[in-house]
Amino acid sequence: MAQYMLEMKNITKVFPGVKALDEVTLKVKEGEIHAIVGENGAGKSTLMNVLSGVYPYETYTGDIEFNGGECRFHRIKDSEAKGIVIIHQELALVPLLSIGENLFLGNERAKGITINWDETFGKADEYLKLVGLKESSRTLIKDISVGKQQLVEIAKALAKSVKVLILDEPTASLNEKDSKNLLDLLLQLKKQGMTSIIISHKLNEISYVADSITIIRDGSTVCEIEKKGEFNEDVIIKAMVGRELTNRFPQRIPNIGEIMFEVKHWFVHHPLNPERLVCDDINLDVKRGEIVGISGLMGAGRTELAMSIFGKSYGVGIQGETFILGKKVNLKSPQIAIEHKVAYVTEDRKGNGLILPQSVRDNTTLAKLSRISTGKTQRIDKDLEVQLSQEYIDSMGTKCSGQEQPVENLSGGNQQKVLIGKWLFAEPDILFLDEPTRGIDVGAKYEIYKLMNGMADEGKALIMISSELPELLGMCDRIYVMNEGKFVGEIDGKEATQEKIMSMMLKS
Amino acid sequence: MKKKVLSVLKDNTMLIALVAVMALFQLLITTGGNGSLLSAQNITNLINQNAYVIILAVGMLLCILTGGNIDLAIGSIVCLVGAAAGILIVTLGMNIYVAIVICLLFGTLLGAWQAYWIAYIRIPAFIVTLSGMLLFRGLGNLLLNGVTISPFPANYSRLFSSYIPTVSAGAFVVSLVVGLLAIGIYLFIEISSRNKKVKKGYDCEALSSMIVRMVFISAVILWFFNKLGQYKGIPVILVWVLVIVLSYNYFTSSTVQGRHFYAMGGNEKAAILSGINTNKVLFIAYTNMGFLAAISALVVASRFNSATPSAGTGFELDAIGACFIGGASAYGGSGTIGGCVIGAILMGVLNNGMSLLGIDANWQKAVKGLVLLAAVVFDIMSKKRAAKK
Repeated sequence: MAQYMLEMKNITKVFPGVKALDEVTLKVKEGEIHAIVGENGAGKSTLMNVLSGVYPYETYTGDIEFNGGECRFHRIKDSEAKGIVIIHQELALVPLLSIGENLFLGNERAKGITINWDETFGKADEYLKLVGLKESSRTLIKDISVGKQQLVEIAKALAKSVKVLILDEPTASLNEKDSKNLLDLLLQLKKQGMTSIIISHKLNEISYVADSITIIRDGSTVCEIEKKGEFNEDVIIKAMVGRELTNRFPQRIPNIGEIMFEVKHWFVHHPLNPERLVCDDINLDVKRGEIVGISGLMGAGRTELAMSIFGKSYGVGIQGETFILGKKVNLKSPQIAIEHKVAYVTEDRKGNGLILPQSVRDNTTLAKLSRISTGKTQRIDKDLEVQLSQEYIDSMGTKCSGQEQPVENLSGGNQQKVLIGKWLFAEPDILFLDEPTRGIDVGAKYEIYKLMNGMADEGKALIMISSELPELLGMCDRIYVMNEGKFVGEIDGKEATQEKIMSMMLKS
Repeated sequence: MKKKVLSVLKDNTMLIALVAVMALFQLLITTGGNGSLLSAQNITNLINQNAYVIILAVGMLLCILTGGNIDLAIGSIVCLVGAAAGILIVTLGMNIYVAIVICLLFGTLLGAWQAYWIAYIRIPAFIVTLSGMLLFRGLGNLLLNGVTISPFPANYSRLFSSYIPTVSAGAFVVSLVVGLLAIGIYLFIEISSRNKKVKKGYDCEALSSMIVRMVFISAVILWFFNKLGQYKGIPVILVWVLVIVLSYNYFTSSTVQGRHFYAMGGNEKAAILSGINTNKVLFIAYTNMGFLAAISALVVASRFNSATPSAGTGFELDAIGACFIGGASAYGGSGTIGGCVIGAILMGVLNNGMSLLGIDANWQKAVKGLVLLAAVVFDIMSKKRAAKK
């Protein structure tokens, strides 16, 4: 039995209303590459944030032992002092500073208050050589590619004399060649004795580099797998998704009609990096009374697809055609999309959906003020507004002290109801629901499901994006599987299983 | 009942602060034997002195609503448009109505120039209007060639700085009649809106509290016009200010376009996804600011009976201050026309009251600065306390 270098024991972390981690255990041996695998929201990143001190000691329960001693990290500096360095998915580099300045940010090569620039850039060049990056350390971060930036992050970790390197989905935004480079670098560092923990969705990459895997599901450790020859991907997939499907979804007898909305050959490019395709030749249709699901891992391009369709509110260089009831339409702005009775219920209700300091009433009517206004001056009939918004509050079952209550004072579930109510107020026929149950409790989820079934029964066409496979299986008549900007599969709701969908995603 | 009184007080904090400040000054001024803040003549002075601030603050509020954006150039627009008015009317002797229309269009155009860069190119408003501040002031002084143009013809001055009636003999009777008329219109609007609510079966407020409010407001209106009547009558500028305030109040509180301003300032991303063209909202805000600055320029030219190179200096700060004292959020999305009018009057009363007390002009500035900070601190602290609950 090998000695463990790092052990996290019985880690439990509770956020208001949610238990993100429940008695999670992680054991990492010295000199290995250890992979952590799990669905979106399984708790991988939370666990790593506990380890690196982003969530300080005492905000969680459980023990962390490192090299035999107990650790209590109060801040990131504490864990870095022990040699535990995390590289987040969103890189923490300052774009307008040089590589060298970034390498030693917070760790400056200085005497007193004066920075020694020769040492900074000289040392930086040495570290860059170590990670195989052929750039001058005086180059600005904004001028190098994301793949190279990832290497700079690793060099930065090395500069902190790292013992355990944690990488959170390091290849998520890299192309194949850069990914391979990065993984090879990890293998090379391993030979020099470095221990790494890698969080990844990509099973082929894990098979390539990892020595052992910890699988996390719904905030608990499911199992650990040691590498003996090859990993069995089916075993991993089963462990990731193997949840009991209980009767958490209201029954509905689908009454599906003609094709309501159709998207053909849809291409979308990334707004900041126009060469990158975010949606690649997507074909989609949804029928009257149908709930269609879009499944995919984080970064697959689901939200980007929905937003680009809804009034081109995401992306550049959008190509493709949209049809409503067989008639070609150009939904070139959100206004026009709303006029064509298309609605998009955002995944980010606080950032993109609601106006938090304003009242339930103002939020409810915002997307279709024409319903309550008259005349040339577009005068708002406030009495009518009060009456109609009450109707929506009642039909959604929103719990609020009154229409005047600012939505920021409502619970997540009630905010979500206000958001959905707002879009129902716009009287759409075609609704995109992006993660409609994210961050709300089980009871509220059930109510949202019932509302969705009600909309489908009224003959609306629903497209539901969700990271929770059981939810898609429980709600959808048909499911599209998306991965890296492409639809890689389509499956009937009745035939779909979690294993089938997950393997479509991972093996594409 | 107690709760209700408290909530009425809470909704009208700035109004109560204004009344308190006025009471304090009245006490200090009368005991010191310096006349009276509330004398007929001084009330008329207050109106004449502060009309331009109210007009500008109304436009500034629209800019601030879009997301805490301000317009630093309006003082310079006042100077430049005033210079144009001086040249057209005094130097060239143009028909005053034609000249006024040209000046209003000119101001709107200057506003649109800034609005284009801010709304469609998305250059920060602070930078665009700082540039406008320098640019328009420079052009204004070039037009004036560094000298003051005066005097404006009498028929021009009459448009903005005369009184109704024009002869002071019937001032009291006319004022009283207008006051009663105003009360009549006010009561009619209140009652008919209540009737409409009752007829359609909507909720409406208790009759008792409505009557209390109507009696109170009617009394204030009557007192106010009584005071005006005791001096020269109703200042024409008051009519202009009322027309502007009431129309913009209608715009912000009761129209779809007005609602878009609040939505944009509250959360621009959500507003865009709700189908609101936020570029257009910004464009309207700054173009309109130019229009109101032009009106203000005409008013100021009439009041001082001249177009001067230094006209409008510091006006932007008065308008911004009035909005923030009146409770507009520095991040946009909240604030009312009523609030910024109260803010403007409060600033005016501070100026006027301290002048009557003979306080040094530099101290006046210092006090106003502190009041501005105090008002915003108070606003933010009370919001934080509410959030904690």
